[in-house]
Amino acid sequence: MKENSVVVLVGLAILIALPLVTSAYFLHLAIQILLWGFVYTAWSMMGRFGLVSLGHGAFMGIGAYVPALLWNYYDMTPWLGIPLGVVLSALLGLVIGYPCFRLKVVGHYFALVTLALSQVVLLSIVAARDITGGSLGMTPRSIGHSWYALQFPDKIYFYAIAVIVWLLGLIVWRAIDQGIGREALEAISDDEEAAAAVGIDVTREKLRVTVISAALTALGGALFGQYLMYLNPESVSGIGVSLQIVFAAIAGGMYAMLGPTVGGLLTIALTEGLRVWFGASFVGAANSIYGILLILFVVFMPRGILGWFEPARGLRKVAMLFLSSRPTPAKAGGAPGPGNH
Amino acid sequence: MLSLADVSAGYGSFRALFDVSLSVAAGETVGVIGPNGAGKTTLMRVISGLVAAVAGAITLHGRSIKGVPAHRIVAHGIAHVPENRRLFPRLSVEDNLKIGAFIPAARQHFADQLASVYELFPKLSERRSQPAGTLSGGEQQMCAIGRALMSRPKLLLMDEPSAGLAPLVVQQVFELIRRIRGQGLTVLIVEQNVQQVLDVVDRAYVLEAGRIRLAGTASELRNNDFIRRSYMGL
Amino acid sequence: MDIFLLEAVINGLLLAGVLALLALGLNLIFGVIDVVWIAYADLVMCGMYAVYWLFAEYGWPLPLAFAAAIVGVAALGLLVHLLIIAPILTSAPINQLLATGGLLYFLQSFATLLFGTDFRNIGIRLPIIEIGGIYVSYARLLAFGVALMGAIALYLFLKRSYVGTAIRAIAQDREIVGLMGVDQRRIYLVTSAIGGALAGLGACLLALQYDVHPFIGNTFGPLIFMICVLGGLGNMIGGFIAAFIISQIIAIGGYYYSTELSYVLAFMLFIVLMFIRPQGIVSR
Repeated sequence: MKENSVVVLVGLAILIALPLVTSAYFLHLAIQILLWGFVYTAWSMMGRFGLVSLGHGAFMGIGAYVPALLWNYYDMTPWLGIPLGVVLSALLGLVIGYPCFRLKVVGHYFALVTLALSQVVLLSIVAARDITGGSLGMTPRSIGHSWYALQFPDKIYFYAIAVIVWLLGLIVWRAIDQGIGREALEAISDDEEAAAAVGIDVTREKLRVTVISAALTALGGALFGQYLMYLNPESVSGIGVSLQIVFAAIAGGMYAMLGPTVGGLLTIALTEGLRVWFGASFVGAANSIYGILLILFVVFMPRGILGWFEPARGLRKVAMLFLSSRPTPAKAGGAPGPGNH
Repeated sequence: MLSLADVSAGYGSFRALFDVSLSVAAGETVGVIGPNGAGKTTLMRVISGLVAAVAGAITLHGRSIKGVPAHRIVAHGIAHVPENRRLFPRLSVEDNLKIGAFIPAARQHFADQLASVYELFPKLSERRSQPAGTLSGGEQQMCAIGRALMSRPKLLLMDEPSAGLAPLVVQQVFELIRRIRGQGLTVLIVEQNVQQVLDVVDRAYVLEAGRIRLAGTASELRNNDFIRRSYMGL
Repeated sequence: MDIFLLEAVINGLLLAGVLALLALGLNLIFGVIDVVWIAYADLVMCGMYAVYWLFAEYGWPLPLAFAAAIVGVAALGLLVHLLIIAPILTSAPINQLLATGGLLYFLQSFATLLFGTDFRNIGIRLPIIEIGGIYVSYARLLAFGVALMGAIALYLFLKRSYVGTAIRAIAQDREIVGLMGVDQRRIYLVTSAIGGALAGLGACLLALQYDVHPFIGNTFGPLIFMICVLGGLGNMIGGFIAAFIISQIIAIGGYYYSTELSYVLAFMLFIVLMFIRPQGIVSR
């Protein structure tokens, strides 16, 4: 454990020192990596246990739009608006999750229900175009540097926020990983009926992780909105975003704590790299590559990039920090087992 | 006609058959008896290609058929009536029979073959449009046998034809088997119902825990003390 | 009844034709191979682009462009199965969903790369015809008719032919079909090709009525899934019926409210129905 602490401290030191040595551009990238990493981590809290949601765009969208709308129309500070959005998302997670889990809607069906959900949110945002600006998006009213409005033109503030929130996500991930909940959820993922037979309250465990995941995702969405000062239904909700989240979490490795963040690194690096390389003329190149990579990952590396490190003996110590404390036994295909048809 | 030499097979790390050797001559009816879990079904599946043999040789008319995938075995003239019938429940009786004639060689003679199967099993003709899943146990067995016959096989493999059937129906099924063998078909039957099967076969093997323990003609086995005590409760 | 409402209902009915056809394709693949091609609607998008490109840009005669699109998407279906599905057939179902999700992402992005995000239309203006005071788009009527014929053709194929019967059988007992000489892998390929062909046909019919752009799959894709799940995943008749129900909700909802809202309604109904009857409204 001593070695682990050292690694953690070094990592934190790097994070803190980063803004001092890099340009605004890289800081911008870092913020995105951290925030997206946070969202991906939130998704993977469900995904790793077989609750694959194709609809996290719904939570992100709500989390982003609610505080922005409340600010623009009611001058409500995001300090109130964001929690409201988070609570709303959590409630949505509850409202959808409860019937799903009670009625054993799992696997394909759960994925498709969540897909429908993200579409509902997207379409609702677009339909309410008089209020939300529809497909053209909306801009939170800018008042310059303000703690009250949570707006900071100077990137360093959002960098700090991003770091804190990202760490929060990791802490929550860890808590789930180390807690009794993890065993229960793995049992559920493996064989739901057997788990229930042993006395595990399947619905409650699933609901708990769903609500947490939804809430955190909403927070991520909200912070994106505040940082970018622009919201667009396609970029914070809907199928595209939902799939991007899934892709990144899987590519980075959703069974490892830092896996989703690696996924964030990958997606941002890819987008930026392609943009630099091809310029603005090759719109769609990045996502095309994501798509192919996702396919390749699912076929060849279902446990993601970090999952690769599991057997490597030399990297054990470092790997232990990166991996969950007790690696789940490799199942056929790596992703959650057949109990979730 | 069919010959197995020292065949071993199993499922993953679980070995079900050990060095099994047996043979079936053309026109013969041969039985394989043994308790539950002896490997009888595995034996059938190895011959029909559903399970791969890890060792040994399987030859048909002197040519090796080991490793030939299941869907090609039919073309060699072997038809397998699986354990528990395994009909396609939502397909009609006639569709089930039709699928039996899937291989090109059988398609040509579909009409004739269908007619002779209906002649053998008049009940099936009555129920030809019904979903196979709605048939009674005995009728399902007939449908399963009929389906296998549609491919015009030379060798018929039957896996526990009496399983789950009422005694009266079991009688009928074995009557049927007698008729089939009377038509010149070579039959290999795997069965738990020792009484019935020994009455209908020429020879039989006893399979226990994956190995052949005993072999002989039907009358030899019928009079064998061990058989009488263990399998016929006499 | 209000004539405009009737018009909406009829147009909804006609729309249902194409949706039902696409639902058939998806259901076929799911029922037989047990995989959901999340990217199915995007295969349709590819077909639409094929029609656009061949007809509007290269000047091919329309029927030829249609034929090429159908064959092309059928081939695409084959590739999808060979390259993406077959390697992960034995993995957890979620992996298949994710792999086809990756395909969706790729197809949409690649189309953006190739064609840009603007809307393209093949430029065919079919007349609006009037029947008893109701205005119906001829294109839609034609599409409905062709879709229906396609569905009937599929039905006959599945019912009468050997391969069709084998396809129906495999869905009911995957393992044992081999004993009848049916090559499972080949049947899967045939099924994938048929699924692709249906998507291609749907593409042709949609190209007559709508503009194509890379993300058009997102508009009716989730709809198709909903329809399939509503009718019972794998249940072809159920999908057919569900297509008509959903189309009516959209048509009537669109008449009373707005198009987006009607979709929202449809999706919400779907979610609710999922809870009431997860196996689909039409029982097996």
